[in-house]
Amino acid sequence: MTLTAQPRTLAAPTPKKSVAGRSPALIPLLLGLPALLIVIVSQGYPLANQLIMSFQEFGLKQQFGQPADWVGLDNYAAVTADPVFWVVLVRSLVFCFACAGLTMAIGVSTALLLTRLTKTVRILVQSAMLVAWATPVLSSLTVWQWLFNTRTGVVNWLLVSLGFEQFDGFAWLLEAGSFFVIAGAVIIWMSVPLVMFMVYASLTQIDGEILEAAQLDGATGWQRFRHIIVPGIAPVLMLVGLLQIIWDIRVFTQISVLQDSGGVSADTNVLGTYVYQIGLGQGDYGAGSAVAMIMLLITLIISWGYVRSLVKQGNVS
Amino acid sequence: MTAASTLVRTSRTHSGTGSTAVGRRRRLGRIGINIGGVALALLWAFPVYWMINSSFQTDAALYGATPQFLPFPIDLSNYATIIGDASFWSAMRVSALVTAISVVVALFSAFLAAVALSRFRFRSRTAMVIVVLVIQMIPAEALFISQYRMLDSWDMINSIVGLSLLYAGHSVPITIWMLKGFVDGIPIELEEAAMIDGCSRFGAFLRITFPLLAPGMVASGIFALLASWNEYTLALVIMKENSAATLPLWLKRFNVTYEATDWGAIMAGSALIAIPVIIVFLIVQGRMATGLVAGAVKG
Repeated sequence: MTLTAQPRTLAAPTPKKSVAGRSPALIPLLLGLPALLIVIVSQGYPLANQLIMSFQEFGLKQQFGQPADWVGLDNYAAVTADPVFWVVLVRSLVFCFACAGLTMAIGVSTALLLTRLTKTVRILVQSAMLVAWATPVLSSLTVWQWLFNTRTGVVNWLLVSLGFEQFDGFAWLLEAGSFFVIAGAVIIWMSVPLVMFMVYASLTQIDGEILEAAQLDGATGWQRFRHIIVPGIAPVLMLVGLLQIIWDIRVFTQISVLQDSGGVSADTNVLGTYVYQIGLGQGDYGAGSAVAMIMLLITLIISWGYVRSLVKQGNVS
Repeated sequence: MTAASTLVRTSRTHSGTGSTAVGRRRRLGRIGINIGGVALALLWAFPVYWMINSSFQTDAALYGATPQFLPFPIDLSNYATIIGDASFWSAMRVSALVTAISVVVALFSAFLAAVALSRFRFRSRTAMVIVVLVIQMIPAEALFISQYRMLDSWDMINSIVGLSLLYAGHSVPITIWMLKGFVDGIPIELEEAAMIDGCSRFGAFLRITFPLLAPGMVASGIFALLASWNEYTLALVIMKENSAATLPLWLKRFNVTYEATDWGAIMAGSALIAIPVIIVFLIVQGRMATGLVAGAVKG
């Protein structure tokens, strides 16, 4: 039994905790049980199973009900020996950091802009951001495809009107470069609002008197930003920056939908769609699971430092 | 003094020195910044505006040489196409059921767990909180092969219950996280006062804390609702058949089928999916923010 009742006075030495301290350990366990079961069935068990599958071979035999053979690290060796994997990995990382970086840059500058707008304009910007944030991802993807439509899209029309004749009938999804421009634009468009709202919220918490004092002492705008505002919003910047990276490294929906609408998947696969293609498309569960585990490992490495710093600061309790 | 009142004060100083060159330059700068703000708002709202605009246009207007920037005269035939499409209503039914089941299950189980984490002290409690946090970071894309195989072995491919289970599992950790904040925000002294007055511990919780939690439950419930309603990846993996498609899957298939011929109907379809969500979001976002802030401050 790992759950043992402890007097709450141990955790926080205040007399008021004594009432709760009498509770038997069984109660929190029972309360947590339904959530625990759901998470174990829907995530814990698949995770364990996927780890096992990444060490197994799935071939023709297994499609006829034979148990899969244990092959140790063969799947990982095969996957990492394939140059396609490395191309996909590098493409995913570059795309992820480009999207996350641009999202953060635009989100933070928009939040700073908000602090200097009049009330009406500020509400206008906030409303536009809320609408973009609330739009379901599939609706966004659909309308962005229409905006960038080859023959009748408004973006091509605008570019041609501005004198860029080469965009007359330009098929954005066909070439990998312009494919990722659209995918990135959709992702940044829908990710900036969260960054903006969170950073703006923390900007309003910064003490105006300190900024004023700094200004009186002769600090320039950049110095005030660098030495007062940035340290003030650093925890929020860390959190949203990390979330952007985690979300952009696992990107699947945007790439998959745009591929189905005319993108060339061999030139545009990222980790998520690559796992889908080899694991579920080609039925090679072993290799697919191996790539999925590598992707999971990358995510955990990226977030590990953050979780540890949270625990150290005592923010988790 | 807050940042806002500082701004007010500086602007007053400016109006006092408005006649000098510096004051004029600052005022021009402020106008410029506000024009920039308006441009940014228009840019960000444009895709959604374009979706609605296009959904009200006839083919002649949609495929003309110049795009029409206003939807007049309003043409409703695109909406008639979607509303007359049986596959849309089938997808609506599947989406509604999956969302309802997963939200109810996630909210109920997460609520109990949040109470356990917030109101009880037990060994390995911090570990549990970290587990919740780490599960939150596992990408869905890293698990879908084995989730597919698991449901396949239970004969639950194309099953509403199967997909709901996966959605509930994804929502539970974040819902626990949010609800724990709300429960933390309600002082335990309130319960203790009720217990001194003769309530049982359970009774005190039910009569005092539970009603105060309602806004928090709504906020986290909406969060889970939006996540399930908008989800695409697992629906693609699990709901193989067209008859089992959720709305996002339906929209993608409709888009691929008609992208050469009927953009008006495609835009009407995406608008029908998006607009209820946008409205719900706009209504609750104020309450969500208030609830979260209240929880954070009191906690």
